[in-house]
Amino acid sequence: MRLIVNQPQAFRFEVNRAALVDPAIHELEQRRIFDRCWIYVGHESELAAPGDFKTRAVAGRPVIFCRNGENQVRVFLNTCRHRGSLVCRSREGNAERYTCFYHGWTYDRDGALYAVPGQSAYPPNFDKAAFSLKAPPRVEAYRGFVFLSFDPGAVSLDEYLGNAKEYIDLVIDQSPSGEMQVIQGTQEYDIRANWKLLVENSFDDYHLLSTHSTWLDYLKNSGVEMKRPEKGEMLPAHGAGKDLGNGHATTDNVNFRGRPVARWIPIYGEAAKPELEKIRTELVARLGEARAARVADTNRNLIVFPNLVIADGSSVTIRTFQPLAADRMRVTAWALGPKEESATARAVRLDSFLTFYGPGGFATPDDIAALESVQQGLASYREIPWSVMSRGMAKEGEQLNTDELHLRAFWIQWDKLMSQ
Amino acid sequence: MKEKQGTRKTGTDPIYSQVTRAEIEDFLYQEAALLDAWKLDEWLALLTNDAYYRVPSNDRPESDPGGTLFTIADDIARIRSRVARLKDRNAHAEAPPSRTRRLITNVRIVEKQPLRVEANFVVYRYRSNDDARQYVGRYRYLLRREGGRLRIAGREAILDAMELASLGAVSFIL
Repeated sequence: MRLIVNQPQAFRFEVNRAALVDPAIHELEQRRIFDRCWIYVGHESELAAPGDFKTRAVAGRPVIFCRNGENQVRVFLNTCRHRGSLVCRSREGNAERYTCFYHGWTYDRDGALYAVPGQSAYPPNFDKAAFSLKAPPRVEAYRGFVFLSFDPGAVSLDEYLGNAKEYIDLVIDQSPSGEMQVIQGTQEYDIRANWKLLVENSFDDYHLLSTHSTWLDYLKNSGVEMKRPEKGEMLPAHGAGKDLGNGHATTDNVNFRGRPVARWIPIYGEAAKPELEKIRTELVARLGEARAARVADTNRNLIVFPNLVIADGSSVTIRTFQPLAADRMRVTAWALGPKEESATARAVRLDSFLTFYGPGGFATPDDIAALESVQQGLASYREIPWSVMSRGMAKEGEQLNTDELHLRAFWIQWDKLMSQ
Repeated sequence: MKEKQGTRKTGTDPIYSQVTRAEIEDFLYQEAALLDAWKLDEWLALLTNDAYYRVPSNDRPESDPGGTLFTIADDIARIRSRVARLKDRNAHAEAPPSRTRRLITNVRIVEKQPLRVEANFVVYRYRSNDDARQYVGRYRYLLRREGGRLRIAGREAILDAMELASLGAVSFIL
Protein backbone atom coordinates (compact mmCIF):
# COMPACT_ATOMS: atom_id res chain seq x y z
CA MET A 1 0.00 0.00 0.00
CA ARG A 2 1.29 3.44 -0.91
CA LEU A 3 1.32 5.53 2.27
CA ILE A 4 2.42 8.90 0.92
CA VAL A 5 2.44 10.59 -2.48
CA ASN A 6 5.49 12.80 -2.86
CA GLN A 7 5.84 14.45 -6.29
CA PRO A 8 7.81 17.69 -5.86
CA GLN A 9 7.73 18.53 -9.59
CA ALA A 10 3.97 18.20 -9.66
CA PHE A 11 3.66 20.05 -6.32
CA ARG A 12 1.86 17.07 -4.87
CA PHE A 13 2.20 15.71 -1.38
CA GLU A 14 -0.49 13.56 0.16
CA VAL A 15 -0.75 11.27 3.16
CA ASN A 16 -2.78 8.09 3.04
CA ARG A 17 -5.35 8.37 5.82
CA ALA A 18 -5.06 4.63 6.46
CA ALA A 19 -1.73 5.48 8.13
CA LEU A 20 -3.76 7.17 10.88
CA VAL A 21 -6.53 4.59 11.18
CA ASP A 22 -5.51 1.07 10.16
CA PRO A 23 -4.59 -1.23 13.12
CA ALA A 24 -2.29 -3.27 10.84
CA ILE A 25 -0.24 -0.17 10.05
CA HIS A 26 -0.19 0.69 13.76
CA GLU A 27 1.24 -2.78 14.50
CA LEU A 28 3.82 -2.49 11.75
CA GLU A 29 5.05 0.90 12.91
CA GLN A 30 5.75 -0.50 16.39
CA ARG A 31 8.37 -2.69 14.72
CA ARG A 32 9.62 -0.47 11.94
CA ILE A 33 9.61 2.88 13.74
CA PHE A 34 9.67 2.33 17.50
CA ASP A 35 11.98 -0.72 17.48
CA ARG A 36 14.56 1.02 15.29
CA CYS A 37 14.72 4.69 16.26
CA TRP A 38 16.17 6.39 19.30
CA ILE A 39 13.22 6.87 21.65
CA TYR A 40 13.15 9.41 24.47
CA VAL A 41 13.19 7.91 27.98
CA GLY A 42 13.60 10.88 30.31
CA HIS A 43 15.82 13.66 31.54
CA GLU A 44 18.75 13.01 33.88
CA SER A 45 17.51 15.74 36.25
CA GLU A 46 14.43 13.64 37.06
CA LEU A 47 16.76 11.39 39.03
CA ALA A 48 18.42 13.50 41.70
CA ALA A 49 20.31 10.97 43.83
CA PRO A 50 21.79 7.46 43.69
CA GLY A 51 18.97 4.90 43.76
CA ASP A 52 16.29 7.29 42.48
CA PHE A 53 13.96 5.70 39.97
CA LYS A 54 10.97 6.41 37.75
CA THR A 55 8.94 3.77 35.95
CA ARG A 56 7.30 4.55 32.63
CA ALA A 57 6.31 3.08 29.28
CA VAL A 58 8.75 3.66 26.42
CA ALA A 59 8.10 2.28 22.95
CA GLY A 60 5.40 0.05 24.42
CA ARG A 61 7.71 -1.51 27.03
CA PRO A 62 7.62 -0.93 30.78
CA VAL A 63 11.02 0.45 31.81
CA ILE A 64 12.81 1.47 34.99
CA PHE A 65 14.71 4.73 34.52
CA CYS A 66 17.07 4.99 37.46
CA ARG A 67 20.45 5.69 38.99
CA ASN A 68 22.70 2.97 40.35
CA GLY A 69 24.74 3.20 43.55
CA GLU A 70 27.45 5.15 41.71
CA ASN A 71 24.89 7.71 40.49
CA GLN A 72 25.09 6.50 36.87
CA VAL A 73 21.87 6.56 34.85
CA ARG A 74 20.51 3.12 33.99
CA VAL A 75 17.52 1.90 32.00
CA PHE A 76 16.09 -1.60 32.51
CA LEU A 77 13.13 -3.44 31.10
CA ASN A 78 10.76 -3.63 34.03
CA THR A 79 10.09 -7.36 33.92
CA CYS A 80 11.24 -10.15 36.22
CA ARG A 81 13.47 -12.72 34.54
CA HIS A 82 11.56 -15.45 36.39
CA ARG A 83 7.91 -15.15 35.29
CA GLY A 84 7.74 -11.67 33.89
CA SER A 85 6.00 -9.61 36.55
CA LEU A 86 6.84 -5.94 36.89
CA VAL A 87 9.81 -5.79 39.21
CA CYS A 88 8.99 -2.25 40.29
CA ARG A 89 5.35 -1.18 40.56
CA SER A 90 5.83 2.29 42.01
CA ARG A 91 5.75 5.34 39.80
CA GLU A 92 8.84 6.82 41.41
CA GLY A 93 11.00 6.58 44.47
CA ASN A 94 14.41 5.56 45.74
CA ALA A 95 15.47 1.93 45.96
CA GLU A 96 18.37 0.00 47.41
CA ARG A 97 17.17 -3.10 45.52
CA TYR A 98 14.23 -4.09 43.34
CA THR A 99 12.23 -7.04 44.61
CA CYS A 100 9.61 -8.76 42.50
CA PHE A 101 6.79 -9.40 44.95
CA TYR A 102 5.51 -12.52 43.13
CA HIS A 103 8.23 -15.02 44.11
CA GLY A 104 10.67 -12.64 45.72
CA TRP A 105 13.50 -12.46 43.19
CA THR A 106 15.61 -9.44 44.08
CA TYR A 107 17.84 -7.33 41.83
CA ASP A 108 20.45 -4.75 42.69
CA ARG A 109 20.60 -1.24 41.19
CA ASP A 110 22.82 -2.43 38.37
CA GLY A 111 20.23 -5.04 37.45
CA ALA A 112 22.18 -8.04 38.74
CA LEU A 113 20.09 -10.82 40.28
CA TYR A 114 20.96 -10.49 43.97
CA ALA A 115 18.81 -13.09 45.70
CA VAL A 116 16.51 -15.97 44.73
CA PRO A 117 14.39 -17.45 47.56
CA GLY A 118 14.90 -21.22 47.81
CA GLN A 119 17.67 -21.18 45.25
CA SER A 120 18.86 -24.68 46.22
CA ALA A 121 15.88 -26.26 44.43
CA TYR A 122 17.13 -25.08 41.04
CA PRO A 123 19.32 -27.57 39.18
CA PRO A 124 23.12 -27.09 39.20
CA ASN A 125 23.03 -25.43 35.76
CA PHE A 126 21.00 -22.49 37.12
CA ASP A 127 23.25 -19.47 36.78
CA LYS A 128 22.15 -16.30 38.58
CA ALA A 129 24.43 -14.23 36.36
CA ALA A 130 22.27 -15.17 33.37
CA PHE A 131 19.17 -13.60 34.90
CA SER A 132 20.04 -9.95 35.30
CA LEU A 133 17.42 -7.32 34.55
CA LYS A 134 17.66 -6.74 30.84
CA ALA A 135 18.74 -3.32 29.59
CA PRO A 136 17.68 -2.12 26.13
CA PRO A 137 20.48 -2.79 23.61
CA ARG A 138 21.39 0.90 23.45
CA VAL A 139 21.04 3.74 25.95
CA GLU A 140 22.69 7.09 25.26
CA ALA A 141 22.20 10.69 26.35
CA TYR A 142 22.62 14.09 24.79
CA ARG A 143 23.02 16.96 27.27
CA GLY A 144 20.77 15.34 29.85
CA PHE A 145 18.17 13.92 27.44
CA VAL A 146 18.28 10.11 27.73
CA PHE A 147 17.19 7.90 24.84
CA LEU A 148 17.08 4.17 24.20
CA SER A 149 17.11 2.12 21.05
CA PHE A 150 16.03 -1.48 20.59
CA ASP A 151 18.20 -1.69 17.47
CA PRO A 152 21.70 -2.89 18.50
CA GLY A 153 23.05 -1.63 15.17
CA ALA A 154 21.56 1.88 15.42
CA VAL A 155 23.87 4.81 14.62
CA SER A 156 25.02 6.73 17.69
CA LEU A 157 22.48 9.07 19.32
CA ASP A 158 24.77 11.96 18.42
CA GLU A 159 24.69 11.06 14.74
CA TYR A 160 20.95 10.32 14.89
CA LEU A 161 20.10 13.73 16.37
CA GLY A 162 22.31 15.49 13.80
CA ASN A 163 21.01 18.98 13.07
CA ALA A 164 18.40 18.73 15.83
CA LYS A 165 21.22 19.23 18.36
CA GLU A 166 21.52 22.89 17.38
CA TYR A 167 17.92 23.45 18.49
CA ILE A 168 18.33 21.49 21.72
CA ASP A 169 21.41 23.61 22.43
CA LEU A 170 19.35 26.79 22.00
CA VAL A 171 17.06 25.60 24.77
CA ILE A 172 19.93 24.66 27.06
CA ASP A 173 21.63 28.01 26.52
CA GLN A 174 18.85 29.55 28.63
CA SER A 175 20.70 28.18 31.65
CA PRO A 176 23.80 30.01 32.97
CA SER A 177 25.27 26.68 34.12
CA GLY A 178 24.24 24.83 30.96
CA GLU A 179 22.02 22.59 33.05
CA MET A 180 18.29 22.39 32.61
CA GLN A 181 16.00 20.66 35.04
CA VAL A 182 12.66 18.92 34.74
CA ILE A 183 10.35 20.67 37.21
CA GLN A 184 8.15 18.47 39.38
CA GLY A 185 4.52 17.98 38.34
CA THR A 186 3.70 15.71 35.39
CA GLN A 187 0.90 16.16 32.92
CA GLU A 188 -0.18 12.79 31.63
CA TYR A 189 -3.28 12.51 29.51
CA ASP A 190 -4.72 10.51 26.64
CA ILE A 191 -5.84 11.79 23.28
CA ARG A 192 -8.26 9.71 21.26
CA ALA A 193 -6.26 10.17 18.10
CA ASN A 194 -3.34 8.71 16.20
CA TRP A 195 0.03 9.82 17.61
CA LYS A 196 1.23 11.21 14.26
CA LEU A 197 -1.54 13.79 14.39
CA LEU A 198 0.11 15.20 17.51
CA VAL A 199 3.47 15.29 15.72
CA GLU A 200 1.87 17.42 13.01
CA ASN A 201 -0.07 19.57 15.47
CA SER A 202 2.98 20.23 17.66
CA PHE A 203 4.67 22.36 15.02
CA ASP A 204 1.98 23.19 12.49
CA ASP A 205 1.62 26.96 12.88
CA TYR A 206 -1.01 27.06 10.14
CA HIS A 207 -3.68 26.11 12.69
CA LEU A 208 -2.79 28.87 15.16
CA LEU A 209 -5.25 31.52 13.96
CA SER A 210 -8.27 29.29 13.64
CA THR A 211 -7.76 26.81 16.48
CA HIS A 212 -6.26 29.23 18.99
CA SER A 213 -8.08 32.50 18.38
CA THR A 214 -9.17 32.58 22.02
CA TRP A 215 -5.54 32.34 23.13
CA LEU A 216 -4.53 35.16 20.78
CA ASP A 217 -7.46 37.22 22.12
CA TYR A 218 -6.29 36.51 25.65
CA LEU A 219 -2.81 37.83 24.85
CA LYS A 220 -4.20 40.89 23.07
CA ASN A 221 -6.63 41.68 25.89
CA SER A 222 -3.80 41.34 28.37
CA GLY A 223 -1.82 44.04 26.59
CA VAL A 224 0.49 41.99 24.36
CA GLU A 225 1.20 43.91 21.18
CA MET A 226 0.35 41.99 17.98
CA LYS A 227 1.58 43.34 14.69
CA ARG A 228 -0.35 42.90 11.49
CA PRO A 229 1.17 40.05 9.50
CA GLU A 230 3.63 40.97 6.72
CA LYS A 231 2.46 40.50 3.15
CA GLY A 232 2.08 36.82 2.30
CA GLU A 233 2.22 35.77 5.94
CA MET A 234 -0.47 34.80 8.42
CA LEU A 235 1.00 35.45 11.86
CA PRO A 236 2.12 38.56 13.79
CA ALA A 237 5.80 37.58 13.44
CA HIS A 238 7.89 35.91 10.77
CA GLY A 239 8.60 32.20 11.22
CA ALA A 240 10.20 29.42 9.23
CA GLY A 241 9.65 25.68 8.96
CA LYS A 242 12.86 23.64 8.69
CA ASP A 243 13.74 20.08 7.74
CA LEU A 244 16.62 18.98 10.01
CA GLY A 245 17.16 15.56 8.42
CA ASN A 246 16.46 12.03 9.78
CA GLY A 247 12.80 13.00 10.19
CA HIS A 248 13.57 15.75 12.71
CA ALA A 249 12.11 19.15 11.93
CA THR A 250 11.34 22.43 13.63
CA THR A 251 9.71 25.78 13.47
CA ASP A 252 12.06 28.71 13.90
CA ASN A 253 10.06 31.82 14.73
CA VAL A 254 10.60 35.44 15.60
CA ASN A 255 8.93 35.70 18.98
CA PHE A 256 5.74 37.67 19.62
CA ARG A 257 4.57 35.92 22.78
CA GLY A 258 5.85 36.24 26.34
CA ARG A 259 8.91 34.16 27.21
CA PRO A 260 10.36 33.43 30.65
CA VAL A 261 13.80 33.85 29.00
CA ALA A 262 13.39 36.70 28.41
CA ARG A 263 10.49 38.69 27.09
CA TRP A 264 8.22 40.28 29.65
CA ILE A 265 4.51 40.67 28.94
CA PRO A 266 1.94 42.34 31.21
CA ILE A 267 0.53 38.90 32.19
CA TYR A 268 3.73 38.29 34.20
CA GLY A 269 3.03 41.32 36.39
CA GLU A 270 5.11 44.44 37.04
CA ALA A 271 6.93 42.74 39.92
CA ALA A 272 8.56 40.26 37.54
CA LYS A 273 9.93 42.91 35.20
CA PRO A 274 13.31 43.49 36.93
CA GLU A 275 13.84 39.71 37.15
CA LEU A 276 13.38 39.28 33.41
CA GLU A 277 15.70 42.22 32.75
CA LYS A 278 18.30 40.52 34.95
CA ILE A 279 17.93 37.28 32.99
CA ARG A 280 18.37 39.21 29.78
CA THR A 281 21.49 40.96 31.04
CA GLU A 282 23.04 37.65 32.13
CA LEU A 283 22.24 36.15 28.76
CA VAL A 284 23.95 38.96 26.86
CA ALA A 285 26.99 38.91 29.16
CA ARG A 286 27.41 35.16 28.75
CA LEU A 287 26.48 34.65 25.12
CA GLY A 288 26.90 38.03 23.44
CA GLU A 289 24.11 40.14 21.89
CA ALA A 290 23.54 37.99 18.83
CA ARG A 291 23.33 34.61 20.54
CA ALA A 292 21.29 36.08 23.41
CA ALA A 293 18.77 37.41 20.89
CA ARG A 294 18.72 34.03 19.17
CA VAL A 295 17.91 32.29 22.46
CA ALA A 296 15.42 34.83 23.81
CA ASP A 297 13.80 36.49 20.80
CA THR A 298 13.14 33.43 18.70
CA ASN A 299 11.03 30.44 19.64
CA ARG A 300 10.87 26.94 18.26
CA ASN A 301 8.88 23.75 18.37
CA LEU A 302 11.22 20.88 17.65
CA ILE A 303 10.25 17.33 16.71
CA VAL A 304 12.87 14.69 17.43
CA PHE A 305 11.72 11.79 15.31
CA PRO A 306 9.51 9.99 16.06
CA ASN A 307 7.78 11.02 19.29
CA LEU A 308 9.62 13.72 21.23
CA VAL A 309 8.56 17.35 21.10
CA ILE A 310 10.53 20.15 22.70
CA ALA A 311 8.39 23.26 22.54
CA ASP A 312 10.35 26.36 23.52
CA GLY A 313 7.66 29.02 23.29
CA SER A 314 5.60 30.47 26.16
CA SER A 315 7.78 28.25 28.37
CA VAL A 316 9.73 25.07 27.68
CA THR A 317 7.83 21.82 27.57
CA ILE A 318 9.13 18.36 26.87
CA ARG A 319 6.34 16.23 25.52
CA THR A 320 6.48 12.62 24.48
CA PHE A 321 3.66 10.32 23.47
CA GLN A 322 3.18 6.58 23.28
CA PRO A 323 0.75 5.10 20.78
CA LEU A 324 -1.78 2.91 22.64
CA ALA A 325 -3.75 1.96 19.53
CA ALA A 326 -4.17 3.34 16.02
CA ASP A 327 -6.65 5.86 17.39
CA ARG A 328 -5.27 6.55 20.84
CA MET A 329 -2.10 7.86 22.50
CA ARG A 330 -0.87 8.72 25.96
CA VAL A 331 0.92 12.05 26.25
CA THR A 332 3.40 12.82 29.01
CA ALA A 333 4.54 16.43 29.38
CA TRP A 334 6.96 18.18 31.70
CA ALA A 335 8.16 21.73 32.22
CA LEU A 336 11.90 22.35 31.83
CA GLY A 337 13.82 25.26 33.36
CA PRO A 338 17.35 26.37 34.24
CA LYS A 339 18.54 24.50 37.30
CA GLU A 340 19.69 27.63 39.12
CA GLU A 341 16.73 29.85 38.25
CA SER A 342 15.37 32.09 41.04
CA ALA A 343 12.04 31.43 42.74
CA THR A 344 10.55 34.45 40.92
CA ALA A 345 11.79 33.31 37.52
CA ARG A 346 10.59 29.77 38.20
CA ALA A 347 7.12 31.03 39.13
CA VAL A 348 6.95 33.13 35.95
CA ARG A 349 8.07 30.13 33.88
CA LEU A 350 5.37 27.88 35.31
CA ASP A 351 2.67 30.54 35.09
CA SER A 352 3.59 31.29 31.49
CA PHE A 353 3.49 27.55 30.74
CA LEU A 354 -0.13 27.40 31.83
CA THR A 355 -1.21 30.31 29.63
CA PHE A 356 -0.85 28.00 26.64
CA TYR A 357 0.23 24.43 27.35
CA GLY A 358 -1.27 21.44 29.03
CA PRO A 359 -4.68 19.90 29.66
CA GLY A 360 -5.86 22.99 31.58
CA GLY A 361 -4.07 25.61 29.43
CA PHE A 362 -5.71 28.12 27.12
CA ALA A 363 -4.58 26.34 23.95
CA THR A 364 -3.77 22.62 24.37
CA PRO A 365 -7.38 21.55 25.12
CA ASP A 366 -8.41 22.98 21.75
CA ASP A 367 -5.57 21.07 20.07
CA ILE A 368 -6.82 17.89 21.68
CA ALA A 369 -10.33 18.68 20.44
CA ALA A 370 -8.94 19.22 16.94
CA LEU A 371 -7.06 15.91 16.87
CA GLU A 372 -10.02 13.98 18.21
CA SER A 373 -12.23 15.64 15.64
CA VAL A 374 -9.79 14.63 12.88
CA GLN A 375 -9.73 11.04 14.12
CA GLN A 376 -13.51 10.87 14.05
CA GLY A 377 -13.62 12.32 10.56
CA LEU A 378 -11.04 9.79 9.36
CA ALA A 379 -13.58 6.99 9.78
CA SER A 380 -14.45 7.71 6.16
CA TYR A 381 -10.87 7.03 5.03
CA ARG A 382 -11.99 4.45 2.49
CA GLU A 383 -14.09 7.07 0.68
CA ILE A 384 -11.55 9.89 1.09
CA PRO A 385 -8.17 8.15 1.25
CA TRP A 386 -5.79 11.11 1.00
CA SER A 387 -4.94 14.21 3.05
CA VAL A 388 -3.25 17.06 1.19
CA MET A 389 -0.02 18.46 2.66
CA SER A 390 1.44 20.64 -0.09
CA ARG A 391 1.62 24.10 1.47
CA GLY A 392 4.69 25.94 0.27
CA MET A 393 5.67 23.33 -2.32
CA ALA A 394 5.60 25.70 -5.28
CA LYS A 395 7.70 28.27 -3.45
CA GLU A 396 11.44 28.85 -3.95
CA GLY A 397 13.63 29.41 -0.92
CA GLU A 398 12.54 29.67 2.68
CA GLN A 399 9.46 27.83 3.86
CA LEU A 400 7.23 29.45 6.47
CA ASN A 401 6.08 27.93 9.74
CA THR A 402 2.57 28.03 8.22
CA ASP A 403 3.81 26.02 5.24
CA GLU A 404 4.18 22.28 5.51
CA LEU A 405 7.78 21.46 4.62
CA HIS A 406 8.52 20.44 8.21
CA LEU A 407 5.44 18.22 8.35
CA ARG A 408 6.46 16.59 5.08
CA ALA A 409 9.98 15.98 6.46
CA PHE A 410 8.47 13.90 9.26
CA TRP A 411 6.20 11.93 6.94
CA ILE A 412 8.95 11.25 4.37
CA GLN A 413 11.15 9.67 7.06
CA TRP A 414 8.21 7.75 8.48
CA ASP A 415 7.37 6.40 5.04
CA LYS A 416 11.00 5.49 4.37
CA LEU A 417 11.25 3.45 7.57
CA MET A 418 7.84 1.85 7.04
CA SER A 419 8.81 0.60 3.58
CA GLN A 420 12.13 -1.02 4.58
CA MET B 1 -7.35 41.27 51.90
CA LYS B 2 -8.48 44.53 53.53
CA GLU B 3 -11.34 42.92 55.37
CA LYS B 4 -9.12 40.14 56.66
CA GLN B 5 -6.74 42.54 58.40
CA GLY B 6 -9.62 43.91 60.44
CA THR B 7 -10.77 40.51 61.63
CA ARG B 8 -7.48 38.78 62.38
CA LYS B 9 -7.53 38.70 66.18
CA THR B 10 -6.73 36.01 68.70
CA GLY B 11 -10.34 34.85 69.07
CA THR B 12 -12.71 33.87 66.28
CA ASP B 13 -14.87 36.62 64.86
CA PRO B 14 -18.60 35.84 65.38
CA ILE B 15 -19.25 36.02 61.64
CA TYR B 16 -17.00 32.99 61.34
CA SER B 17 -17.69 31.20 64.63
CA GLN B 18 -21.42 31.07 63.81
CA VAL B 19 -21.00 29.49 60.39
CA THR B 20 -22.69 26.09 60.05
CA ARG B 21 -22.14 23.16 57.76
CA ALA B 22 -25.67 23.59 56.44
CA GLU B 23 -24.87 27.12 55.33
CA ILE B 24 -21.66 25.97 53.65
CA GLU B 25 -23.48 23.11 51.92
CA ASP B 26 -26.14 25.45 50.57
CA PHE B 27 -23.41 27.68 49.25
CA LEU B 28 -21.45 24.85 47.55
CA TYR B 29 -24.63 23.40 46.04
CA GLN B 30 -25.50 26.83 44.67
CA GLU B 31 -22.04 27.11 43.15
CA ALA B 32 -22.34 23.63 41.62
CA ALA B 33 -25.73 24.52 40.13
CA LEU B 34 -24.27 27.65 38.49
CA LEU B 35 -21.33 25.74 37.03
CA ASP B 36 -23.50 22.90 35.74
CA ALA B 37 -25.80 25.47 34.12
CA TRP B 38 -22.79 27.29 32.60
CA LYS B 39 -23.89 30.50 34.32
CA LEU B 40 -20.27 31.51 34.45
CA ASP B 41 -20.75 35.23 35.07
CA GLU B 42 -22.95 34.48 38.06
CA TRP B 43 -20.31 32.03 39.23
CA LEU B 44 -17.63 34.73 38.92
CA ALA B 45 -19.74 36.91 41.22
CA LEU B 46 -19.20 34.32 43.97
CA LEU B 47 -15.44 34.93 43.91
CA THR B 48 -13.46 37.53 45.83
CA ASN B 49 -11.23 39.95 43.93
CA ASP B 50 -8.16 38.00 44.97
CA ALA B 51 -9.52 34.49 44.40
CA TYR B 52 -7.51 31.62 42.99
CA TYR B 53 -8.53 28.40 41.25
CA ARG B 54 -6.15 25.47 41.09
CA VAL B 55 -5.97 21.92 39.84
CA PRO B 56 -2.64 20.35 40.85
CA SER B 57 -0.86 17.80 38.69
CA ASN B 58 -2.06 14.33 39.58
CA ASP B 59 1.37 13.17 40.74
CA ARG B 60 1.95 16.18 43.03
CA PRO B 61 -1.45 16.78 44.68
CA GLU B 62 0.04 18.68 47.64
CA SER B 63 2.21 21.36 46.09
CA ASP B 64 2.70 25.02 45.48
CA PRO B 65 2.21 26.33 41.93
CA GLY B 66 5.27 28.59 42.25
CA GLY B 67 7.58 25.59 42.15
CA THR B 68 5.47 22.77 40.73
CA LEU B 69 3.78 22.37 37.38
CA PHE B 70 0.01 22.37 37.89
CA THR B 71 -2.78 21.55 35.46
CA ILE B 72 -4.45 24.85 36.35
CA ALA B 73 -3.16 27.64 38.63
CA ASP B 74 -5.31 30.72 37.96
CA ASP B 75 -5.29 33.99 39.82
CA ILE B 76 -8.45 36.09 39.59
CA ALA B 77 -7.34 37.76 36.33
CA ARG B 78 -6.72 34.36 34.74
CA ILE B 79 -10.03 33.03 36.07
CA ARG B 80 -11.84 35.93 34.40
CA SER B 81 -9.91 35.29 31.18
CA ARG B 82 -10.79 31.60 31.44
CA VAL B 83 -14.47 32.44 31.70
CA ALA B 84 -14.24 34.90 28.79
CA ARG B 85 -12.57 32.15 26.75
CA LEU B 86 -15.15 29.52 27.68
CA LYS B 87 -17.96 31.85 26.61
CA ASP B 88 -16.32 32.26 23.19
CA ARG B 89 -17.60 29.82 20.57
CA ASN B 90 -13.98 29.41 19.46
CA ALA B 91 -13.04 27.63 22.69
CA HIS B 92 -13.33 24.46 20.64
CA ALA B 93 -12.79 21.99 23.49
CA GLU B 94 -16.00 23.31 25.06
CA ALA B 95 -17.99 24.28 21.99
CA PRO B 96 -20.70 23.25 22.37
CA PRO B 97 -20.32 23.20 26.15
CA SER B 98 -20.04 19.82 27.87
CA ARG B 99 -22.91 18.69 29.99
CA THR B 100 -21.70 18.28 33.54
CA ARG B 101 -23.35 17.11 36.74
CA ARG B 102 -21.62 17.64 40.06
CA LEU B 103 -22.28 15.59 43.17
CA ILE B 104 -20.80 17.20 46.26
CA THR B 105 -20.66 15.30 49.54
CA ASN B 106 -18.71 14.85 52.78
CA VAL B 107 -18.62 18.59 53.38
CA ARG B 108 -16.43 19.43 56.36
CA ILE B 109 -15.45 22.70 58.00
CA VAL B 110 -11.75 22.21 58.59
CA GLU B 111 -10.99 25.56 60.15
CA LYS B 112 -13.22 28.53 61.00
CA GLN B 113 -10.88 31.46 60.73
CA PRO B 114 -9.66 31.54 58.09
CA LEU B 115 -12.66 29.57 56.91
CA ARG B 116 -11.38 26.39 55.28
CA VAL B 117 -13.76 23.80 53.92
CA GLU B 118 -13.23 20.45 52.25
CA ALA B 119 -15.70 18.39 50.25
CA ASN B 120 -15.69 15.35 48.00
CA PHE B 121 -16.85 15.59 44.42
CA VAL B 122 -17.79 13.53 41.43
CA VAL B 123 -18.22 15.48 38.22
CA TYR B 124 -19.80 13.55 35.38
CA ARG B 125 -19.05 15.03 32.01
CA TYR B 126 -20.76 14.24 28.72
CA ARG B 127 -20.10 15.30 25.16
CA SER B 128 -21.45 14.13 21.84
CA ASN B 129 -19.35 11.42 20.20
CA ASP B 130 -17.37 10.91 23.36
CA ASP B 131 -17.20 8.52 26.31
CA ALA B 132 -18.72 9.67 29.60
CA ARG B 133 -15.99 10.81 31.96
CA GLN B 134 -15.95 10.86 35.75
CA TYR B 135 -13.75 13.36 37.56
CA VAL B 136 -13.46 12.23 41.17
CA GLY B 137 -11.65 14.05 43.95
CA ARG B 138 -11.88 16.57 46.73
CA TYR B 139 -12.30 20.32 46.89
CA ARG B 140 -10.35 22.54 49.21
CA TYR B 141 -12.02 25.91 49.68
CA LEU B 142 -10.91 29.11 51.30
CA LEU B 143 -14.11 31.06 52.02
CA ARG B 144 -14.62 34.57 53.30
CA ARG B 145 -17.54 36.71 54.32
CA GLU B 146 -17.97 39.89 52.34
CA GLY B 147 -20.91 42.06 53.27
CA GLY B 148 -22.38 39.16 55.20
CA ARG B 149 -22.27 36.81 52.21
CA LEU B 150 -20.00 33.85 51.75
CA ARG B 151 -17.48 34.30 48.96
CA ILE B 152 -14.82 32.04 47.47
CA ALA B 153 -11.30 33.30 48.06
CA GLY B 154 -9.73 30.10 46.79
CA ARG B 155 -10.77 26.75 45.45
CA GLU B 156 -8.57 23.80 44.66
CA ALA B 157 -9.85 20.68 42.93
CA ILE B 158 -7.61 17.72 43.70
CA LEU B 159 -8.21 14.72 41.47
CA ASP B 160 -7.79 11.19 42.80
CA ALA B 161 -6.80 9.65 39.45
CA MET B 162 -3.09 8.72 39.39
CA GLU B 163 -2.83 10.48 36.05
CA LEU B 164 -5.39 12.30 33.94
CA ALA B 165 -5.17 9.49 31.36
CA SER B 166 -8.62 8.87 29.88
CA LEU B 167 -10.01 12.00 31.57
CA GLY B 168 -8.09 13.92 28.89
CA ALA B 169 -8.21 17.68 29.31
CA VAL B 170 -9.71 19.76 32.11
CA SER B 171 -11.31 22.20 29.70
CA PHE B 172 -14.40 23.10 31.74
CA ILE B 173 -14.33 24.54 35.27
CA LEU B 174 -13.85 21.60 37.58
